[in-house]
This record gives sequence, structure tokens and C-alpha cells, in this order.
Amino acid sequence: MGKTEIYVVGGGSAGMAAAIEAARAGAKVTVIDENERPGGQLFKQIHKFFGSGVHRAGTRGVQIGRALLKEAEEAGVKTRLNTVVYGIYPGKRLGLICEDHTEELASPIIILATGASENALAFTGWTLPGVMGAGATQTLININRVLPGRRALMVGAGNVGLIVTYQLLQAGADVAAIVEGLPYIGGYGVHASKVRRAGVPILTSHTVLRAEGNESVERAVIALMDEKWQPVAGTEEVLEVDTICLAVGLSPLAELAWMAGCRFSYLPALGGWVPVHDENMESSLQGIYVAGDLAGIEEASTAMEEGRLAGLSAAEALGYLSLEVAEARKIEVRERLAALRIGSFGDGRAIAKRELLRARCKK
Amino acid sequence: MKQVAKKEGVRTTGIPSKEELEASPGYPNHEALERGPIVVIECVQDIPCNPCEMACPKRAITVGNPITQLPVFYAEKCDGCGICIPICPGQAIFRVDITYAEDKATVSFPYEFLPMPKKGDMVQGVNRAGEAVCEAEVLRIQRPKKFNHTAVITVTVPKNLAMEVRSIKRLKP
Amino acid sequence: MRIEDHPILGKTERRKRITLKVDGEAVSAFEGENIAAALIASGRRVFRYTAKRGEPRGVFCALGRCTDCVMIVNGQPNVRTCVTPARNGMVIQTQVGRRGGEDTHDLEME
Repeated sequence: MGKTEIYVVGGGSAGMAAAIEAARAGAKVTVIDENERPGGQLFKQIHKFFGSGVHRAGTRGVQIGRALLKEAEEAGVKTRLNTVVYGIYPGKRLGLICEDHTEELASPIIILATGASENALAFTGWTLPGVMGAGATQTLININRVLPGRRALMVGAGNVGLIVTYQLLQAGADVAAIVEGLPYIGGYGVHASKVRRAGVPILTSHTVLRAEGNESVERAVIALMDEKWQPVAGTEEVLEVDTICLAVGLSPLAELAWMAGCRFSYLPALGGWVPVHDENMESSLQGIYVAGDLAGIEEASTAMEEGRLAGLSAAEALGYLSLEVAEARKIEVRERLAALRIGSFGDGRAIAKRELLRARCKK
Repeated sequence: MKQVAKKEGVRTTGIPSKEELEASPGYPNHEALERGPIVVIECVQDIPCNPCEMACPKRAITVGNPITQLPVFYAEKCDGCGICIPICPGQAIFRVDITYAEDKATVSFPYEFLPMPKKGDMVQGVNRAGEAVCEAEVLRIQRPKKFNHTAVITVTVPKNLAMEVRSIKRLKP
Repeated sequence: MRIEDHPILGKTERRKRITLKVDGEAVSAFEGENIAAALIASGRRVFRYTAKRGEPRGVFCALGRCTDCVMIVNGQPNVRTCVTPARNGMVIQTQVGRRGGEDTHDLEME
């Protein structure tokens, strides 16, 4: 195989979907990932996905992950694993660290699909062992098959908090409660219903005040908050937990996009600072595409569709797909994306995504 | 998202209120329940999702386009086969048979925990809030490969709790 | 604690057992898993102590970004145990401060 024409940074849902699409069109694609195998967050998602048949609804994340890896292999996608892209330089040059040496590589097109990082919540005692991200908990229980503790407090009732609570129960742990600062549950009602049926209380307008313990978490103190987000005196409650999971949102992992000089927009509905992009997922810089959570915090299904869009657009830019063929396929992908961005849970994201397109078009 | 004004519902508690359930086109009325085993769809939010529509062999469920529409349940077409129960990614579909016996009904629900109970076990039936409300006998456990790791458990409960019991208390290993 | 059986993931697949030496004690692990997983399975929660106040730290992000889980592995400090595969015979020590096992006064600039 010849020289790589598209480097995809990040082999998660978006990156793999992009690589598969571009490789199938004939482009020479290499996916770079810092982990020892690609798949990103998919292998941690052991629940059944929503959406419709075309979105692989009813399939578990792990199964979708395996399918993507197989499709990538069949499409001839090359991978560089255990490799960190530490920098991106003029001329679309990537700085890589691999094992014990560094390298510089360049390609005509780069697709950044670096995903997101978990937000943190600081409170007294938050540095004690036993306090960790909800995603970290998910990695430990679903990938490493070890329990970080026996009884947890979950902080945050978005989809991550609700899903990881359920998965902790499946793994054999207890969850004392979910505390959520907002006066309502941000995640899907059905996810909340599952854990309520399993006996886990969901306490809205509550927060964790502090974690206590000698060398690790032994207790958590929670309290009710008033409309000004201040703890209400006299409502403190002590929970006997040894683990506190923080599910307080995700933010795009955008260092490379910043470094490259991409233009950003601040959109809370998409997780904060997001690199602007057009309808082809191309950033404000020619030849650099963005896809997945990096381009706005959404879901695995939207990540895969955005990846496909980026992959198709990249293949078209390289001449592997004619305008007509590419456009026809891209229209299908955009329709599937639109179907995922409707309703109470999608409208806000749809508006924010349109704002990104608007910002991209501004000179 | 506009809620039934000031009332507690799924968005504030995680539990759909009686009003939300009865307003959902997936929730059967009492006449339908009295005809025999029938499915109960407790889907009350506009999530983009439609595997239930695809799954029903009797076409008793429609979602249509856009797929955020709540599933509409045609109770007269439902024969209670329950294939939709393990299919729903939200585990929001159940089956109820209030005609099972004089004073008992059966409730079937999706279950994804270990250890699994065994047929004949006496367990605790819990309501939507996870509160134990009755003793329940395990009638049947279905966990074929096509259910993709979701078991469907059927228990008997006192008839007056048929629309309350939605799971069982998890068993100790 | 290890999760031997799981309603969705099934039984843990068979893996080769290896032995690590952690602060002088033998700890059982499986070939191919990362060091942090093996230590958590053995009941350990504290991985290192901070330089300034000697506070305990453990796993936080579990994917190699936050460096809370670093320990001294085969003499090398600052090894991210959550992304480093365990190998038979590895010598692992609780890290105190930024470099050494006993050095708690490394706040001074070199």
C-alpha cells in the first residue's frame, strides 16, 4: 500500500467510521490511537443503543465496536496503536510518540476524532482514592472486570450517570444514591426508571459536600441545594460509600484543533469550546476535518454518522468519489444525523450545530 | 421541556406519573387488560427510537416518522407474545395478564442482573420506585440468544398490583 | 474485587496468571491486564502520595490522562499504571513525591 493520504487521529466511533468510509472509497487511510486497540468508548457501552435500524438500534455498544473493527480491517484501514499524537504543525504535520521514539508524519488530509474528556467536580476530599470519573468506573468494570468499590455515590443524573449507575449494579456493586444539582433529571427517563426500579434514589437539587476517609473514601456527605445552588442548612446526610463517581459532563478534547489554529465557538449545549465545521465536517482550516465528540458532545450514533460524513468528504476531496456520488451519500448521512437531533433531547444540539455551521461560514 | 404543570413525573423523579402513563399512546386501557395477556408500553419521552415498531409480528406498535413520536399501541392486535419486551433499549415494555387466575395476575419484565432467579422461586415484587410491595412467584424465565442477554421474567402477583409491579428485588449472590 | 461473571459480558475469559511484587508483597495478576486493574482487584486503593502534603492518590481517570495512578515500576517512577500492562515479575512501589520512594522533599527546584 502506498503513502497514507488521510491520517485519522483517534480510533473511536467517529474515527473508525470515517476511516472505513474513506478506505472503502479507495483512499489510503491510517488511524492513529493512543490505546492498544481502537474502539474508543464503544467497548465500555454494554447497554442497547436507541435510534432506528439504520442507527443499529438494539445493538450493544460492544457489539458495534467489534463490527467496526472488522469493517475497518476488511476495508484495508491501517492502524498505528499505542501511539500518541502530541502535536500538529503547519503543513498538516503530526508529531507522534510511539513506544520510545518520536516521529513526524504528514498527509494531505487529517481527520481529528479525539473525542472528549470527563469534567471534574472539586469538593472537600475529592482527591481521596475512591473518587473517580464515571467513565473511569465504566472502564474498570466493563473493560478491566474489576470493582473499584462495593458501594458508590453517583454525582450527576445525565445519561452517563444513569447508565454507569445501572452498570455498577450489573457488576455486583451497590449504589447508595444519585445526586443531581439541577432540579430535574437530564438523562433519558427510561434510564432513570431502570435504576429507580432497582432501588436507587435519584435526589435532584442535591450535591456532594465532601468525601471523608482516612486514606480513601469511607463516607460522603450530601445536601439539598436552594435555587441559588447553596446548600441548605440542616439537610446534610451521610452516606456510607467507598466510591464516588463524577458524571458531571464531558468536554471536547480539542488540544490538537486549538494547536492547529482551528476557529472555535463556545456552545454550552455541545460541551463548551467546539471547533467550527461546515456541512462536510471540515474545520476552518482546509484539509482538517473534525468528527464525533470533538465536534460537540452528543452520542455514539451521531459520532459514527459525523465520522462517515468526514470520511466521505475527505475521499471526495482526494478525488476518489465524484461530486454526484459523494453528495448522494452525504445527503443520506445528513438525514440520519438530523433524525438523531430532534425532540426534547435533540433540539438544543440541532440549534447548536447550526450555529457551528454559521460560524464556519463567517469570514 | 413542558411537563404536566407542577406535578412530579419522570423528569423529576425518574418514575413516570400515572398521568404521564395514561396519556401515553402505548398504555392500554382497562378493557384491553381484561381480554387476556397484553403488552404495556411505558414510553413517555420523545427519544428517537423505534425498535419496538420493527419487532412486533402483529404490527400492533407504530412509531412512524419522526422516530421521536411515542409508540402507538393497537391493543386489539396484540396477542401478548412479548417479543417487544427484550427489544426495547429503554426496558420500558412489560406484559400483564390480569385474567391469569381469580386473585392473581402475571407480570413479565426485562431483567439484566445476576444471579438469575429460578422457576418456582419466591421473590419480592417491586414497584416503579423499587419498593417491595408483594411476594411474587417466578413462573418463567426466558433468556434465549436472540434476546441478546436480556432475560424476560414472568412472576405472579396479587391482581390488584398488576399495574404496579414492574420488577423484582435483586437477589443476593 | 474481580467480576467473574456478568449478565451481559458473561464469564471472564481464562487468562494466564502472573505474579507482581508490590511494596515487597506478592500480588497475583493476569497477563495482559493493566497494573492498576490488578492492584484494584487485590484491594489496593492508594497508589502514591503527593510531594507537598503527602496525600494519598488513586485511580481517577483510568485512561492515562490524569497521572493520579502513577507508581514506580521496575525502578522507573511516574509510570501510569492504568495504561501499562502488567508483566510477570514486575517490581512495583508506591511512589512518594515526584521521583523516588523515600524522597518527600523534592519540591526544591533542581
